[in-house]
Amino acid sequence: MGASAFTQRAHDALADPNLKTAIDRTTGTAETKRAAAVGAFPEFQAARARGAAIKDHVIANLDHYLVEFERNAQAAGAHVHWARDKAEAAEIVTRICKDADAKLVTRAKSMLGEEIGLPHALDDAGIERVETDLAEHIIQLAHERPSHIIWPAMHRTREDVATLFFKDHHPPPDADDPASMVASARRILREKFMSADVGISGANFLIADTGATCTVTNEGNAELSTTPPRVHIVTAGIEKLVPSTDHAMALLRLLVRSATGGEVTQYTTFHSGPKRPGDADGPEEMHIVLVDNGRSRMVGDEFRQMLRCIRCGACMNHCVVYRQIGGHAYGGTYPGPMGAVLTPVLDGLAQSRDLPHACTMNGRCEEVCPVQIPLKTLLKAWRVRSWDSQQEVGPLRMGLGLWGFAARRPRLYHFGTRLALPVMRLFGKGGWIRRMPFAGGWTDTRDLPKPAARSFMSQHANHGNEGPK
Amino acid sequence: MTKPRVGLFVTCLVDAMRPQIGWATLRLLERAGCNVEVPRAQTCCGQPAGNSGDKRGAEKLARQVIEAFEGYDYLVGPSGSCVGQIRSYPTLFSDQGWRSRAEGLSRKSFEILGFLNDVMGWKPEGVRLDATATYHDSCSGLRELGVQEQPRALLEGVEGLQMRPLDGANVCCGFGGTFCVKYPEISTAIVSEKAANIVDTGADLLLAGDLGCLMNMAGRLHREGAATRCFHTAEVLAGMADGPAIGEEG
Ligand code: SF4
Repeated sequence: MGASAFTQRAHDALADPNLKTAIDRTTGTAETKRAAAVGAFPEFQAARARGAAIKDHVIANLDHYLVEFERNAQAAGAHVHWARDKAEAAEIVTRICKDADAKLVTRAKSMLGEEIGLPHALDDAGIERVETDLAEHIIQLAHERPSHIIWPAMHRTREDVATLFFKDHHPPPDADDPASMVASARRILREKFMSADVGISGANFLIADTGATCTVTNEGNAELSTTPPRVHIVTAGIEKLVPSTDHAMALLRLLVRSATGGEVTQYTTFHSGPKRPGDADGPEEMHIVLVDNGRSRMVGDEFRQMLRCIRCGACMNHCVVYRQIGGHAYGGTYPGPMGAVLTPVLDGLAQSRDLPHACTMNGRCEEVCPVQIPLKTLLKAWRVRSWDSQQEVGPLRMGLGLWGFAARRPRLYHFGTRLALPVMRLFGKGGWIRRMPFAGGWTDTRDLPKPAARSFMSQHANHGNEGPK
Repeated sequence: MTKPRVGLFVTCLVDAMRPQIGWATLRLLERAGCNVEVPRAQTCCGQPAGNSGDKRGAEKLARQVIEAFEGYDYLVGPSGSCVGQIRSYPTLFSDQGWRSRAEGLSRKSFEILGFLNDVMGWKPEGVRLDATATYHDSCSGLRELGVQEQPRALLEGVEGLQMRPLDGANVCCGFGGTFCVKYPEISTAIVSEKAANIVDTGADLLLAGDLGCLMNMAGRLHREGAATRCFHTAEVLAGMADGPAIGEEG
């Protein structure tokens, strides 16, 4: 097997000791805090079940709630746009910006924006883009993509950030003082907040019965990037719908505890239409771009439950693979277990067939998922599709084919084991095999215990339940 | 009360790599008051195929296991991972007849430690092992079958054995079946972290309930030169941990 692009990226990630430190710092803290928050919330399991049920209900009645949301959002004065795929979504947003004659656009962190390639689309359209989330600001300076859906710059250590700021901030902040670095970013970003023409944000919830969008952040940047500009654009996946504010609150409790271990986010904002006569502030125009990009197809296939995802990041924080290789190695917009399910939907399985396979199936992700998404089952479903569409490599298919052939013929199998074990033992020295042909995947880094001289079944055939003396 | 008839599912890994775990399981079942039989028509539970996406291959092996074991009161095996696969057989079949047979077997399939504790209410008596040990929760047993307190409760009954807590005991060791050879670099990074935690406990022994994970951890520990000795929990409970550990010459 040649190294795939994924294995190559994973290799590079593993070779970077700073990355591991950064990942452990962020995900380790998140894990501890989540455990404490969940421990202090005795109804957590019931809340998970309710969260899953709310999402399932919406997914089963998506058309109904989409229509209701559109009606109410329009009644509040917002323009609602529909985008079938990411190209269409990015196109709609850039067109709105151009129509508004926008020179400067502020963007609040949104993974959907990343999914539809918005940063690039804006850059290509020659519109100055300012990322208002501190982490996104760092990503922008480094010309990177987010490596985590909650902490996009978590792969960057403080020292990295100091270097970036030193180059781009004038005057440069004190690299040894985090407070000075944050203050510097705040100063630079504030200037932009106030002079932006358009503010673009995502949404955590789309509330059908009021037509409002709801955004939660910890920095308050979403408010600043969406209120002062003349035009506010919200981009959101259609799975973000909830029937009412109550339902949004039920999910919010799960989201915050699972993401950061807090009880509530610092800022929870509802946007309902543009500025009305008599409002102190607010945009003159509000646009909501509802993005499908593969979602309506998921409603009808085996990945339907993935639409429950509220993007809390708990699955990646608890994933042994993510914690070794970080987010960029996954190669898609979304990393970790949820990304391994979603990326094949968004980018195609041929591009990403490694992702559902690079998983030990240990199940910790689905154990922590606040909306009970059976991630393991969904990853397995991709493996089945990959197998059925002949994307698994020849040697593996052949090996498994041979194994299956023998395993379905117990006599042949037991006879074969009897012959194979002594051969394998020839490679052993003491009790261990340090090297064996075709076993490099194991023996390059691990010793292999030497197998038994005689199999259990063969011993049992001779001695019965008494066993050998 | 009549003795339950138990079909011992040896698992392909135990069969070839460490038959002693099979014998330990058999002894424990007998001591707990079961009539144990070892059906000849068993090989593998089909997990390698199932985990590789070869659903039909997995289904064929599932039929074989169902046919060989559905006549027993229980199927018991020394692996949470294989028993987890057997419990999931119903999802492989669309045919109603096979599906209900699969459900029947699924309901009566148990991993040995959970079975001894929960079904048979058995406790070790007169088992002695003077050593310190730490315990790793294998993922399938832990999350698919809820095996967590049972092995700890059973080990508490072993005289002379001192248990030491393992940091991240419920975190995967990086084995993952074919994962460990498909993505050896990632797997190695994971198991190295696990090995460091194990060494940090300072325990003489590492115990777990799945031979796949044990071979992975033992193999890494040994390559790193650690002195930790590795046994399946069933071997300890059956009083068979006085001999060679995994990878030691008998
Ligand atoms: S899959 Fe579950 S745990 Fe992962 S981000 Fe989505 S909601 Fe959170």
